[in-house]
Amino acid sequence: MVIGFAVIAWFTARIRAARLRPIGGDRPHSLPGYHGWYVALWLAIPALLFLTVWSLVLPGLVEQSVLLDPAAQALPESQIERSAILGEARALADGSLGAAFNEEAEALIPAYQEASNFYGVIGIIATLLLAFACGAYAFLRVRPDFRARNRVERVVMWVLLIASLIAILTTIGIVASLLFETIRFFERISIIEFIFGTHWNPQSTTFSDDPGSFGAIPLFWGTILIGAIIAMIVAIPLGLMSAVYLTQYAPARIRSIMKPVLEILAGVPTVVYGYFAALTVAPAIRDFAVNFVGISSASSESALAAGVVMGVMIIPFVSSMADDSLAAVPGAMRDGSLAMGATNSETIKRVLIPAALPGIVGGVLLAVSRAIGETMIVVMAAGLAANLTANPFESVTTVTVQIVQLLTGDQEFDSSKTLAAFALGLVLFIVTLLLNIIALGVVKRFREAYE
Amino acid sequence: MNTAIASSPPRQPTDWSADAMQRRIRARYRAEKRFRFYGLFAVLLSAGFLAFLLVTMISSGARGFTQTQIALPVNFAASDIFLEPGQLEGDGRDQLLAQADFQGLARQSAITTYGEEGPGLLSNGAWVLLRDAVSADPSLLTRNETLWVPASTEVDFAARGDSGSRQSEARDVMILRYAELEASEQVRRTLSWNFLTLADSSDPTLVGIWGALKGSLLTMTITLLLAFPIGVLTAVYLEEYAPENRWTDIIEVSINNLAAVPSIIFGLLGLAVFINVFHLPRSAAIVGGLTLALMTMPVIVIAGRNAIKSVPPSIRDAALGIGASPVQVLTHHVLPLSLPGILTGTIIGMSRALGETAPLLLIGMRAFVATPPGGFTDPATVLPVQIFLWSDELDPGFVEKTSAAIIVLLLFLLAMNGIAIWLRNKYEQRW
Repeated sequence: MVIGFAVIAWFTARIRAARLRPIGGDRPHSLPGYHGWYVALWLAIPALLFLTVWSLVLPGLVEQSVLLDPAAQALPESQIERSAILGEARALADGSLGAAFNEEAEALIPAYQEASNFYGVIGIIATLLLAFACGAYAFLRVRPDFRARNRVERVVMWVLLIASLIAILTTIGIVASLLFETIRFFERISIIEFIFGTHWNPQSTTFSDDPGSFGAIPLFWGTILIGAIIAMIVAIPLGLMSAVYLTQYAPARIRSIMKPVLEILAGVPTVVYGYFAALTVAPAIRDFAVNFVGISSASSESALAAGVVMGVMIIPFVSSMADDSLAAVPGAMRDGSLAMGATNSETIKRVLIPAALPGIVGGVLLAVSRAIGETMIVVMAAGLAANLTANPFESVTTVTVQIVQLLTGDQEFDSSKTLAAFALGLVLFIVTLLLNIIALGVVKRFREAYE
Repeated sequence: MNTAIASSPPRQPTDWSADAMQRRIRARYRAEKRFRFYGLFAVLLSAGFLAFLLVTMISSGARGFTQTQIALPVNFAASDIFLEPGQLEGDGRDQLLAQADFQGLARQSAITTYGEEGPGLLSNGAWVLLRDAVSADPSLLTRNETLWVPASTEVDFAARGDSGSRQSEARDVMILRYAELEASEQVRRTLSWNFLTLADSSDPTLVGIWGALKGSLLTMTITLLLAFPIGVLTAVYLEEYAPENRWTDIIEVSINNLAAVPSIIFGLLGLAVFINVFHLPRSAAIVGGLTLALMTMPVIVIAGRNAIKSVPPSIRDAALGIGASPVQVLTHHVLPLSLPGILTGTIIGMSRALGETAPLLLIGMRAFVATPPGGFTDPATVLPVQIFLWSDELDPGFVEKTSAAIIVLLLFLLAMNGIAIWLRNKYEQRW
């Protein structure tokens, strides 16, 4: 409704401003549209702000007046029961609940409806008054020499600034929520036990907080084994060689086809990879391990299956970073090597790749940070057992798997289990952040070296 | 110095035709070829993996769109359901239908036609179709009518000659039975729209993805409404107006970091802030949308900045020179010119959000939702989470449904990326 009035205000003010043609020869300072915007903004912003504040205070006010109602005297003393009944009465009054559970709640319905109607009407009247007062104030300022454009543009600047602050707020939100819960976690479980403990089994601690069950080393190891070792063994050679072939050898036509094809690999949702890993790759790898390697204990949730599929997912990242780095090596170095009689492959191996190495390493670090933060593939294909093993055919678990495991299904928020998930999240956040900062630093220095 | 050179014996020119030299050259050329082959092999292996993935999904998912149906003659008139067509016109119709024992009727009809194990041939939810048929056409109640209802998972597996979870003996019996039924035209396989119109269910013959798809659409609406304006405004601010100071640096650093933060961290943020602090409803599309918006925004900002950066400064200078204000330069020139780039980035960010699963698991969008969500605050699930949930189901009938859902998801992503590429090719200008 306020928006509707603002639109009307925009038109009326525009018309009025358009009528203000030259007084004494000068043109009006601002175009009519700016006057329209000026009035509309004055009308809408204070009113909307008031509405927001009002809707925040409203439940409190309604509850106050309901508690003054004679029917509320019968409410039990305890705070929890009291608020439960009040909540039920609220749901009954606005129709979101069909039938009453407590009799007290039913008795409160009329009081609730009355109070919310009363305060609702007050809110609407106050909003309208505010809107009209501010609108009228702005409307009266529409004059030829009024600098409406500058004022409107100042508002636009503020809007832009506020929008860009949301990024900071998100970062602060992430850090604060992770830190806050993590500190509460470390009040219960010692930080040393968490970082250096080798036994992870939080599902066993239903009631007691057994600190011995929160040792995260097996998780860190599982994450590194899958994300930084197996996935990279797959992704680095394939990604690097793909980039080399596509930039140095492939005819333009093949390059223009294969490059987007590789990029599709990065666009496939991770849940699809996870399903594929669990359904097709993992059984194949288990059969392979049992029949050919002779490991009869091979798990169908092996680290290898998750790692290989994750490696495939990472190929395009490695490939495109290597591509950029190779392209950044000055052409003169390549030409010089070729002119000395080196073959193409010798040039690539002895000149281009060493020269591009910092860039490639940076790209690999970025890929590692992407891999250790990856969730769905490991949730679906890697196991839950926190094993500390280097055998890729056995099941290991990762940080992200455990975060999902600890936070799904569990409704209570204060147990050590849920808090542990936030502590793991903080570790993950810090590690990926560090990897990214280092990687970007390396890449930047490398770029500067050739500029 | 001259003497030093003169004293060493003059170097012989390399004898290229010597055997040793020829061998070396051959070895070098072989290495060259090998290296080149490794490159080609790497590319083909990566592409082959993609092809293998797609073929696996399509071949096992194609069946998910079909349904094995079985003919069920139902004698409504002689049944235990004492309803008259006239009774179903008033207000109490839903209640009357709910009270009537359609489940027993379906059972009874199956036994009459197919013998003792007849009910096992029907899907567990087949009776719902009977009820819906009566609801749609009350005059059925006075007639004897043959309805096509979904067959059970076992029949479905027999239809493709597959064992499913049954043991081989039972399987063979079922396959023989199926052949008989097929000969008497009492079963059929049809392309069924049910998969696209139904919601989640515990019975794989009756599941559909409409519920998840609708949840995805609601979530994406919220994400787009928040991430697009905020992302574009931030990009504009950073690229056009931001003074070079500490604040701007902080904003830039946090955006670049947010773009690299693992998605699951956003799930933790959503859980801690939106659900535990603001008490928004768990499992709702609005929380999912908010969380994904925070994740998508940096992508849009980065794409938007690049698009705005590529608008040549001469255009800005010209507009400023003829008296436009900074905001006019922006709205009349810079934004229209950079819009294709911004939209391309937005679509790519949205397609990433559409395929995102992990953060939504954490904020509880993994609930079993049997009715499509009606609004932003209803419990909902989204396509990727639905795929995850179905992949966990033990019933083998879910395998093809999961793959079919993956096909739908991939088609959506393909369409979005196709639009993005088309936009880029059509509107991108090189200055």
